Amino acid sequence: MDGYNFAYLDEQTKRMIRRAILKAVAIPGYQVPFASREMPLPYGWGTGGIQVTAAIIGLADTLKVIDQGADDTTNAVSIRRFFARTTGVATTERTADATIIQTRHRIPERSLRADQIIVFQVPIPEPLRWLEPRETETRKMHALSEYGAMHVKLYEDVARHGRIATAYDYPVMVGGRYLMRPSPIPKFDNPKLDRSPALQLFGAGREKRIYAVPPHTEVYSLDFEDHPFEVQKWEQACALCGAGDSFLDEVIVDDRGGRIFVCSDSDHCGERRAAGHVGAQPDALGQPADKVAP
Amino acid sequence: MMAATPLLQVRGLTRRYGARIGCRDVSFDLWPGEVLGIVGESGSGKTTLLKCLSAQLEPDAGQVVYATRDEGPRDIFALSEPRRRLLMRTDWGIVHQHPVEGLRMGVSAGANVGERLMAVGARNYGRIRASALDWLGRVEIARDRIDDMPRTFSGGMLQRLQIARNLVSSPRLVFMDEPTGSLDVSVQARLLDLLHGLVADLGLSVVVVTHDLAVARLLAHRLMVMRAGSVVEEGLTDQVLDDPQHAYTQLLVASILHP
Ligand SMILES: Nc1ncnc2c1ncn2[C@@H]1O[C@H](COP(=O)(O)OP(=O)(O)OP(=O)(O)O)[C@@H](O)[C@H]1O
Ligand SMILES: [Mg+2]
Repeated sequence: MDGYNFAYLDEQTKRMIRRAILKAVAIPGYQVPFASREMPLPYGWGTGGIQVTAAIIGLADTLKVIDQGADDTTNAVSIRRFFARTTGVATTERTADATIIQTRHRIPERSLRADQIIVFQVPIPEPLRWLEPRETETRKMHALSEYGAMHVKLYEDVARHGRIATAYDYPVMVGGRYLMRPSPIPKFDNPKLDRSPALQLFGAGREKRIYAVPPHTEVYSLDFEDHPFEVQKWEQACALCGAGDSFLDEVIVDDRGGRIFVCSDSDHCGERRAAGHVGAQPDALGQPADKVAP
Repeated sequence: MMAATPLLQVRGLTRRYGARIGCRDVSFDLWPGEVLGIVGESGSGKTTLLKCLSAQLEPDAGQVVYATRDEGPRDIFALSEPRRRLLMRTDWGIVHQHPVEGLRMGVSAGANVGERLMAVGARNYGRIRASALDWLGRVEIARDRIDDMPRTFSGGMLQRLQIARNLVSSPRLVFMDEPTGSLDVSVQARLLDLLHGLVADLGLSVVVVTHDLAVARLLAHRLMVMRAGSVVEEGLTDQVLDDPQHAYTQLLVASILHP
């Protein structure tokens, strides 16, 4: 990648994105338009998040990239490699060691710290879009806090399923003011958004929007009095590390339909196993604990 | 308590579309519990006037003073936009000629009826649903259709759903533009009966636009006759229809009686 500027984007573009980020931090949950650039990766790969990361990353940073909770998927590997090549900064798979975490679909299980920034890749930023296709009208609804109709969606859920079935991208109110889509994370992760000590930044490339949840900001998941917000729960614990309080993925382990549940956050699972926690089938994925240990 | 002030005081309302006149210098009072019919031929300015009255369209001149519940008479165009929009969603109802303009076609009948309640802060699902069921019953839609999508409804049912969606928030003032206009003649009568009953039961104040004098006759206490954007005659419904003074009204009435 010779001939490219540090973190690929030119300095003027990075300054423009930083201004958008500063505005986003100043108005928690508000979608700030920015002049999204073409990136050498397809839109579906999270170019919004990549541009945010490119604008904030410095030589002293350590970058972690997760996709579906894992560091080793094609998407995560490509983005990590992209930044390794264009910045030369250190990368890590360990949440604890990262200063910037770019993510799609998950927030790490390990609590984030004040010296960390998490960057979300956002496909659709506007929470009211399903209800109102006109941008001028949704802007007005945000400006006037006309959010009552958002409950129509939750009403439909309960009418159809007997409970709020929305499981991902579950709508939240930020700082009691702006309605926000948290990106397609499971609602299991919504409580982690609330009053997090870490700065949380959201980038939507195709839709050209940046928004933010500053540290310690209240993030409230919408609900009804008689159908309160709840996170996903599992009967099982993680088969590998025995965790009973993490987000689990179902994994098929053999061709006879055998399946187990394992932590979706692979770093969290590995850390637990390294610390001696053992699940019911620790070798189910043929992956001895020491392989993921530090 | 007898109301001492009109619910609406309209003065000199004018709206142009470029050089063309939409409505011109319209003034009238609407009293609580009163149903005002606006009649006139196609293009006479009925819809333009109704849209200005209901704040869907900004007039070029004139005032629409509405007796708000908490602050007394206020010019609706001098209110802040949030207050005006809140008023439109709570104190007022707007029934469009074509139900699809007034409904959310992508959500169930129950959600359509419940939306206004949620918009003003209702957060108890059970109570929202109970209200929706109650209102479906009152507009004669079978309760077991509550979770059905509007697109599975007939034209008459859609119009009744639109009415329920508006009335659920107990508005004081309802604007209707040709409420039976999009319906087959056979279902018009039933809707008209239903509207007539609801307006009387709820003591609603209504401004209803129609070019169907039978609708005007059944629903309206008072009529305004419009021609080329101006009001040419007004009075009690029976007087205007049985003893029209203005030549245009005479023509209008005659054309209905002898088509
Ligand atoms: N959006 C618009 N742009 C330009 N002219 C308009 C517009 N809407 C209405 N007009 C004009 O304003 C006049 C009044 O129209 P309006 O729609 O208010 O009449 P109406 O009495 O409701 O007619 P109808 O019975 O056909 O619905 C007409 O001359 C019409 O052509
Ligand atoms: Mg009209």
